[in-house]
Amino acid sequence: MSAMIELADVTRSVRLPDDRMLHILRGVDLRVDEGEHVAVVGRSGTGKSTLLNILGLLDSPTTGQYLLEGVPAHSLSQRTRTRRRGRDFGFVFQQFQLLPGRTALENVAAPLLYATGRQFWSRSRLAAQMLDRVGLGDRVATMPDKLSGGEQQRVAIARALVRGPRVILADEPTGALDVETGSEVMDLLDEIAAQTGAALVTITHDLAVAARADRQFRLADGVLVPVAIDAATADWVGDVPMGRPVVADRSAATERRLPAVSP
Amino acid sequence: MTGLVGAVVEAWDEVRIHKMRVLLALIGVASAVAAITGVTAAVQMLAQAYQEQAERDMGRSVTLNIQAWSSTADATDADRIDAQYTLALERYGIEYASRTLYTQLPVRLPDGTRSVDMQAVDPDLGVIRRIVPDQGRWFTDADTESFAPVLVVNEAMLAAIGETDLSTRPTALLGGDASVRATIIGVMADRWPGEMASGYLLYDHLERWELNPDQAAMGGQLVPTLVAWVPPDQAEALGDLITSDVQAAAPGWMVDVYDNREGGSAGLDGAARWIAIGVGGFALLLGGLGLVNISLVTVRYRIREIGIRRSFGATSGRVFFGVLMESVVATVVAGLVGVVLAVAAIKAIPVERLFGAGLQDTPPFPVSAALVGMAAAGAVGALAGIIPATVAVRVRVIDAIRY
Repeated sequence: MSAMIELADVTRSVRLPDDRMLHILRGVDLRVDEGEHVAVVGRSGTGKSTLLNILGLLDSPTTGQYLLEGVPAHSLSQRTRTRRRGRDFGFVFQQFQLLPGRTALENVAAPLLYATGRQFWSRSRLAAQMLDRVGLGDRVATMPDKLSGGEQQRVAIARALVRGPRVILADEPTGALDVETGSEVMDLLDEIAAQTGAALVTITHDLAVAARADRQFRLADGVLVPVAIDAATADWVGDVPMGRPVVADRSAATERRLPAVSP
Repeated sequence: MTGLVGAVVEAWDEVRIHKMRVLLALIGVASAVAAITGVTAAVQMLAQAYQEQAERDMGRSVTLNIQAWSSTADATDADRIDAQYTLALERYGIEYASRTLYTQLPVRLPDGTRSVDMQAVDPDLGVIRRIVPDQGRWFTDADTESFAPVLVVNEAMLAAIGETDLSTRPTALLGGDASVRATIIGVMADRWPGEMASGYLLYDHLERWELNPDQAAMGGQLVPTLVAWVPPDQAEALGDLITSDVQAAAPGWMVDVYDNREGGSAGLDGAARWIAIGVGGFALLLGGLGLVNISLVTVRYRIREIGIRRSFGATSGRVFFGVLMESVVATVVAGLVGVVLAVAAIKAIPVERLFGAGLQDTPPFPVSAALVGMAAAGAVGALAGIIPATVAVRVRVIDAIRY
């Protein structure tokens, strides 16, 4: 059976202004099945967002293959890629990225403007239902700047899920939240992903967040390696001074000493 | 279908959310559309005023003036020609026509009997020349059968009689030895200060009471001029037909036909319309440039939002169309505002003061001008939207989200 998404020996390189090549991703292999929760941890600048962009059809690999339900993504037309991105993927960003000047309801309804049929015509009702589901049923008419950080991220989650995506791509979903609020948001994300059967790929530098996933990977210097994070250890990490190795995989200690690579 | 509706909904949302920016950008467009439609409407009213004035002097378009003359013929021929006129009007289905004879009649006034300029006419002349007395009324067909002549006189004649208005039901004694008392039913304003006393009476009354002096002896008209209001496309043919009919009925008579097609306000109308379109078009161009400027700034400001929308599945075509539609929706709304402003301004124009006598037939607000203004606004919106829409499409999604 085909994986929901699968990367095979994927690289991503860009040419720098001085004509040198910067290799952001190197030989990445990753398989994510339906309903699975996968976390990718890594320092800033290790290519996490590039990986997420490739997974979300926002970017393309330089080499290697990306299979979407067994179909090579590069064989899809630009229009099909865009449509599938809207239909099959839901994005949750670190800075929420809510549309300014629009209410919570309008923000959640925004992706449905690109849907068709019943989803398009019932967009306000569907958005209200989704807001209710994330516990913001009483804040539909509230502007984003009147919401707390946690509430804004809930709106962003509702927006990512309103079209019923099959993959949720969360880029540092708790990065702008305090620990407690971050935990609540992750509870919600996990719960809804489990309910809808959507795959969840979380990019994070927070080991406690990563520890919630079924499988964890560490991205270092463009190389993706599977790691195991003990949930108990991750909880315990909170009180550990920076610089100490926190992941079960010993190579994480090495990662902390690696120089940051700017994509 | 949902794509189109979605793009329009999205564009309207943008306009609604950025209404202050849109408002500022679109004042120019709204003003330009108001100028185009308003000036066009005003020009039409002005043209109508000129036309009505011309029609008061020369008759409506097209009025034929058919004049038969002969240096040798006598009154018998004149009767035949008059009968021929009647036949021609029936034969060719001409609805409005009037015999017109300029003459002078003796009128007994307080300071003695005076010869007064009179026009003997039929009631239809009031329609053909838009004659509306300042006091009282113009002749009707019923007046033809009245037991005494009726007159419509100018203010100078009313003053000569010693009256200032019609409240005393003034009369005038017409004729010399065998005089007849005529009732004054209407008063026309003097056309210029110091105008001599004059008036209108019905042609049939002139004949019935034998008021007509010896025209031949006076060197005046022997037969009345036939004034006929005819359809423009038939004017020439009807002139020729009536001429040949009259000449057949009264051999030896010459017939002159002239019409008022050369006059009118077409030249003024066209020139003023072009000036209005030129000025309005220039204003629209300036408004459009302002809109391009603001739209470009706005697109830069909205790069992240465009990136987010791309992550929702907005195709580049949809982004292009969306930004374009924002501009079009905004300018169409501005155009609508401009048209409403123009209508309000035109309705507020004091027609009486501006056009003197006022308009009998106030032209309706020119819907075509409003539509042209709206279309121009939409076109300017589309043109003004192309540049920012192109910029929006070139935005790289990843960069936009990080922006």
